[in-house]
Amino acid sequence: MELTQEELDILNGKEGETKAKIMKTVVEFGDVFGAKRLVPITHEGHLVTSFGIGLIKPLFRIMDEIIAAGIKTVYPFTIDPRPIDYENVKCNVLNKLIFSKIMYSQQKRYEEQLKEIGLRGENDFSCTCYMDEVGNIPKYGDILSWAESSAVVYANSVLGARCNRNSGMLDIFSLIIGKVPEFGLLTDEGRKADYIIELKTSKLPEAQILGSAIGLKVMEDVPYIVGLDKFLGTNLDDKTKSYLKDMGAASASNGAVGLYHVENLTPEAKNFGKKLIKKDAKIYVIDDEELERVYKSYPVLWKNVNAKPKLCFIGCPHLSYSQLYDWSKNIICELTKNNRKKILVKTIFTTSPQVKEKFSKTELYKEILKTGVKISSICPLMYTNNPLAGSKPIITNSNKLRTYSQSRYYKDDDILNIIAGKGVK
Amino acid sequence: MENKEIKNNSMETKKFKGRVIAGGSLEGEALVSRQGVNTLATFQKSALKNAKKVISSDQNNPDLYKKEITGKILCLPKTIGSTTGGLVIQTICSMGINPSAMLFSEEIDSLACSGIILAKNWENSSIIAIDKLGDEFLNYVQTGDKIKIEEDGTITITK
Repeated sequence: MELTQEELDILNGKEGETKAKIMKTVVEFGDVFGAKRLVPITHEGHLVTSFGIGLIKPLFRIMDEIIAAGIKTVYPFTIDPRPIDYENVKCNVLNKLIFSKIMYSQQKRYEEQLKEIGLRGENDFSCTCYMDEVGNIPKYGDILSWAESSAVVYANSVLGARCNRNSGMLDIFSLIIGKVPEFGLLTDEGRKADYIIELKTSKLPEAQILGSAIGLKVMEDVPYIVGLDKFLGTNLDDKTKSYLKDMGAASASNGAVGLYHVENLTPEAKNFGKKLIKKDAKIYVIDDEELERVYKSYPVLWKNVNAKPKLCFIGCPHLSYSQLYDWSKNIICELTKNNRKKILVKTIFTTSPQVKEKFSKTELYKEILKTGVKISSICPLMYTNNPLAGSKPIITNSNKLRTYSQSRYYKDDDILNIIAGKGVK
Repeated sequence: MENKEIKNNSMETKKFKGRVIAGGSLEGEALVSRQGVNTLATFQKSALKNAKKVISSDQNNPDLYKKEITGKILCLPKTIGSTTGGLVIQTICSMGINPSAMLFSEEIDSLACSGIILAKNWENSSIIAIDKLGDEFLNYVQTGDKIKIEEDGTITITK
């Protein structure tokens, strides 16, 4: 990689040993991928590592080193959700002990470290930093140093920003340098599609299963999806963006997708159309049968597969405002239809602090709380990481949460039926 | 770098050559995943338990699920999943419970690459990583095979 004099000076220790080591790491990383240069970041950051898990000692040690050297990030940053919310996600004494004293024993220390180096605000803990209410929204063409797989794929695909799938630590390092190596999804060539996804379903697929099918097939390649605009239209309204958020998150966790194009819908597909497709692109046809095959392939890891669900998480990634509104409406409607007032399974909606704040000013907020639903801003994955939670029969409509925990995935309609309707089929 | 088979001494021994990301030489036992390895899903349970050895907790990867990974030579196409992946690799290296080497048939992905470089620069880890070994490598190698790794990225598989 060719470095400027200023970059070489940092590498050679002119701004201290720690910054030199940070630069070395970023440069070596870029070299592996053939990056020719570092390019300036043009927008705020987003970090993935929001949890003070005591065992991630390297993270806290390096943060201490960064702070001791007086280093801060060039742009402020938002970060993934906090792991704990005892008010809305109740824990017994043993759970609390495990969370506070063992698993997340470094949470307070870590949040202090984040503030020291550039955390944007006290409430900026959400995996959906790009929501209007949160306001970390890159423009088309912005260069980012983001991590959090679901946020990276959203920023690239729905917003047209440019960001590689950065790892935790590298996200901070590049924000400190203010630059990222130019390769992969930062380049025009790297944004071209390796796969054509031909969607031939009879109706709009579940976003979470479609994303899963795509991720499992293409891994980290770029897919160009044909036929989804038939169901979603050609405008990126709030509902469509919410759908793409969930589809992308599933593709990034079940595979490693960092960018997808949806014909006639996402910004680059609108600008360049089929010119985005590589000549030798492979074709993957997705029809109703294929989606059902993928859905049925998910293993059920509960000790008793017939157990009655004890807990339900809806909102991984965090729910958008329109999703929060729709889920609340649907649950109340389903309960009314079944002459019930309370939900059958303890259910937690997860959403960003800012969306929750906005929603809390509505009448619907009060109504949904009366049914027993709780609204939190935690990361459900961080909760289900608790060894005690592992044995609990938890259900979710999130393919990402399914992938990283023993939670059982159900389609949206089934979840609604289980928590507010006639129960498990 | 183009992959090529260097030598075929007998029915039991085959050589491949890849690109060195983090060099070193060792001999060990192969553990093979034919599908992308989800780093967080694979390592999180053992790391969270502060276990002395990693047992894969990735339910979606039958090649690795419930198998011991620590000290093995992990053969894989690439890693997938959460962007915590690099930090997870760095952490398991700092805990000394990492696979001794990671051999990638494809070009290494950004998350695994981050983890290897972080482990090398910040934890003085001796983990070896070689990529671009090719599809034939991954088709040929099987769990339990003996593997010899050389400094220049040459891999010898003995069955």
